[in-house]
Formats: sequence, C-alpha cells, structure tokens
Amino acid sequence: MADTSPSTVIDARGSYCPGPLMELIAQIKLARIGDILEVWATDEGSAKDIPQWARKVGHEYLGTETVDREWHVRVRKSK
Amino acid sequence: MKILVVGGGMGGTIVANNLARRLQRELRAGQAHIHMLSASERHMYQPGLLYVAIGRMLPDELYRDQRSLLDPAITFEVDPVEEFRFDRNQVRSKSGRTHEYDAIIISTGSRIAPEAIPGLAEHSEIFYTEEGALKLFKRLSGFSGGRIVVAVGVPHKCPMAPLEITFMLHDYLKTRGILDKTQLHYTYPIGRVHSLENVAKWATPEFDRLGITYETLFNMKEAKAGVLLSEEGSEAAFDLLIAIPPHRGMEVIERNKLGQGGWIPTNRHTLQMEGAHRNVYVLGDTTNLPISKAGSTAHFEAEVVAENIVAEWKIGGPVRQYDGKVFCFIEASDNRATYAMFNYNQPPQPRAPTQSVHWFKTAYNRLYWASARGLL
Ligand SMILES: Cc1cc2nc3c(=O)[nH]c(=O)nc-3n(C[C@H](O)[C@H](O)[C@H](O)COP(=O)(O)OP(=O)(O)OC[C@H]3O[C@@H](n4cnc5c(N)ncnc54)[C@H](O)[C@@H]3O)c2cc1C
Repeated sequence: MADTSPSTVIDARGSYCPGPLMELIAQIKLARIGDILEVWATDEGSAKDIPQWARKVGHEYLGTETVDREWHVRVRKSK
Repeated sequence: MKILVVGGGMGGTIVANNLARRLQRELRAGQAHIHMLSASERHMYQPGLLYVAIGRMLPDELYRDQRSLLDPAITFEVDPVEEFRFDRNQVRSKSGRTHEYDAIIISTGSRIAPEAIPGLAEHSEIFYTEEGALKLFKRLSGFSGGRIVVAVGVPHKCPMAPLEITFMLHDYLKTRGILDKTQLHYTYPIGRVHSLENVAKWATPEFDRLGITYETLFNMKEAKAGVLLSEEGSEAAFDLLIAIPPHRGMEVIERNKLGQGGWIPTNRHTLQMEGAHRNVYVLGDTTNLPISKAGSTAHFEAEVVAENIVAEWKIGGPVRQYDGKVFCFIEASDNRATYAMFNYNQPPQPRAPTQSVHWFKTAYNRLYWASARGLL
C-alpha cells in the first residue's frame, strides 16, 4: 500500500480568515510533487471544499478523518 | 535585560512602545534596553495605499519618520538584520555588527511575489507598493472604459483589500461617469467571494446589486496580454488587470531557514517561535499562523508579546495568551463601510455598512499614528 503519511500538517483549526482551503492553496505551492499535505480544520465546510478544489485543480484527494469535531483532510500534490 | 526588536513596521513599533511604557523605571535606571533594528528610516501606513490608488490620498501622507513614532528611550537604527544566531542570542546586521539580546521579537512583515505567476508583473497593476498604487492611479486616470479584472492570489496581506478596491473602483468609475462603459469583474481563489463566510454572504448580493460580476475557485496561473488564466482551467479577459499577488515572508527569513516561504512557525497562543528558543517571539505578517495578515493582528499580538516578555522577566512566566483576535474595516460602496472582528473561536458577524463607519475609517487613517505611538 502506498504511504499516505503527510509530509506537511497545516494546523488551520479556528481559522476563519484565510481559512483552511486558502492555507492549503498557499502551502501546496511550496510543496513538491508527490508530497502529502494534511489540513486540520474545525469547520465541516472545509471537509467538502478541500476535496472539491483538489479535484477541480487536479490534485489527488486521499481522504478525511474526523476526530472530535476536527476534520483532517489529506491531499497529494499531483502537478 | 536587553530586548531586540527586528522590524519597524506596525508590529515592531507597537511592541517596542508598549514595552517602553511598561519598563519606564527600568529603562531610566539602565536595567532595561530596547533596541530596534529596521530596514527603513520611514514608516509607511500601508492601508493608505488603497486611497492612493484612486487618488484620495497622496503618497507623502502615508509616511512618518520612524524615530518620531518611538518612545525616546528606545534605541533605533536603520541596519537590517542579515543573520539570526539563536543559539548565541545574537544577530548580525548589514553593517557587519553583532547585536546581543535576552529576548528578540521578529516582525519583518511580508512582501509581494508577483514573480510566482508568469506574466503577472508585466500585465497587471499592483497597488501594494507606493510605486504600484501611483501607477494604478495614473492608469485609471487615463481609463475610458472596458473590462477591469480584480484578481486575488494566495496568501496575501489585508484580507479586505480585494473587496475594498473593487467597491472603491465602482465609486471611482461612477464619479468619473464611465461606469456604464466599464465592466468590473472579480476573481477569488475559493468557492465564495471572501474567505469569511459571513462577509461573503454580505458581499455577494452587493456585487449583484452593483453589477459587479465574479468568478470563484479561480487561482491565477498565468497572465498574458489581455487574458488571465486560472489553475482551474478558466480564463478572464481584461483591458485592465488589478492583481493582489501571492505574498512571501522576507528574504532574510528564508535565507536563514527560519520557515518555508518566509513564514516562521509560531505558537498560536504564546507567539514564541516553535522549537527550543523560548526567548524568540514572532508577530505580524511573518508568522505562519492561519489568521489574517493584517495590521490589527500585529497590534493585538504585540500587546500580548510585550506583556509576556515583561512578566517573564519579573515573575518568571507569561501571563497572557493570544486568542487569534483580528479586527478589519471593510470599505463598501457609496461612502459606507463595515467591519469584521473575530478570533480563533468566534466567527465575525459583520453588520450592514454605514456612512459613520466609513468616516470612522477615514479618521483612523490619521489616528493610526497615535495608535502606533501607543497613545490609543
Ligand atoms: C494595500 C494595503 C491595505 C492594507 N489595509 C489594511 C487594513 O485596512 N487594516 C489592517 O489591519 N491591515 C491592513 N494592511 C496590512 C498591514 O499593513 C500589514 O499586515 C502590517 O503592516 C503588518 O505588520 P508587520 O509589523 O508584520 O510588517 P510591516 O508593517 O510590513 O513592517 C515590517 C518592517 O520590517 C522591516 N524589515 C524588513 N526586513 C528587515 C530586516 N532584514 N531587518 C530589520 N527590519 C526589517 C521593514 O523595514 C518594516 O519596517 C494593508 C496592507 C496593504 C498593502
């Protein structure tokens, strides 16, 4: 099985502005192709927005884990 | 106790003056020293750039002599830091000198990085510098109609500036009588017109009412003559492109490998740099915290850092935690404005814009100097 442990964790808990998705967009530019980024969010909306954005742009969405009203969303930079 | 403040912008100035107020007696007795190293002898009120871009303020109104903003007990030098040596409690500055400290505060800000998007520097107007704001004003003065696109990159400082410039442009075009010959179009990186959901809920119907079109989920990929391409595969044609480009932290932060992209990993509550050095504090734009890069953020952080540095010295531990507080004015159309205030736990609940908030923001553009001096 491919390794899906994140190379970067983005702690965007409690982030209303810029918010988890904007944090991911900023960080993914600094990452290398193949890197896995895990975003921690405390708003459920991010669990929908992040996969939707990743698919639209062409990054690989790897899944979401929910831990006590926290969403940990994993994305692999693909381009 | 030697305290070294690196950076003489919003965060650095407020933290240094706040410390000077708390340590008056110790400074007079020679038991405390506050030393600021900065890269400029002038201090710019950056929010004023928005007004320069539409001809409502002149560039020289945005500046004060940095020395004049500081408590006289603070030593101030224009001698930018080039090297941080945290294990020896030292920095080396451009003049080649070494400066020692017991506590250091880093507030070096952020910079625009249009070079991250091919073609952006050549094909867009960027009002985030004095030169850029003036250039935009000159372009607008000669503009007689067409399609204006306001495009937003990530990350950027001042989360409200993209909306504000759009609403202010609308008023500017209306006053010049060319609104009916112009189409204003706005693009934003995520799936709504602003990162704050409640602000987006207010701004979207305002855009609709004013005839401003918008495209969300639009991340700039490349600018060419007359057209902006997005990572998402769409295109926005323009006659005039106004870009808020992506930002990075300062080069000195990247060169010293303090944080990727120039953003220093910072504890969200204590504002100490993550890692072993407890006497290194970070504030303002250069933190990696997931909050708005705004002057108000730097201000609220500065108050926490000043109080904790003094408490560490006097009682051996911190007394306050930063709660993520941010306050931003939002200029709307028709000389009205509103504001958003939020922290790590409370989203903002912006109210309908009013003229009185607009006049308060206009007054704050002058009152800022009193706030930087620690008088407000
Ligand atoms: C167009 C525009 C509109 C804005 N509107 C608003 C607004 O309405 N409300 C709001 O709250 N914020 C606003 N901001 C954002 C606000 O100006 C910044 O977030 C704020 O200035 C950040 O403070 P800082 O101390 O982190 O950095 P800065 O204020 O940028 O200061 C950085 C300082 O570090 C110094 N420096 C750089 N390199 C070195 C070095 N190597 N050694 C020593 N010193 C160094 C610089 O000379 C400077 O003095 C706006 C910004 C812009 C551009």
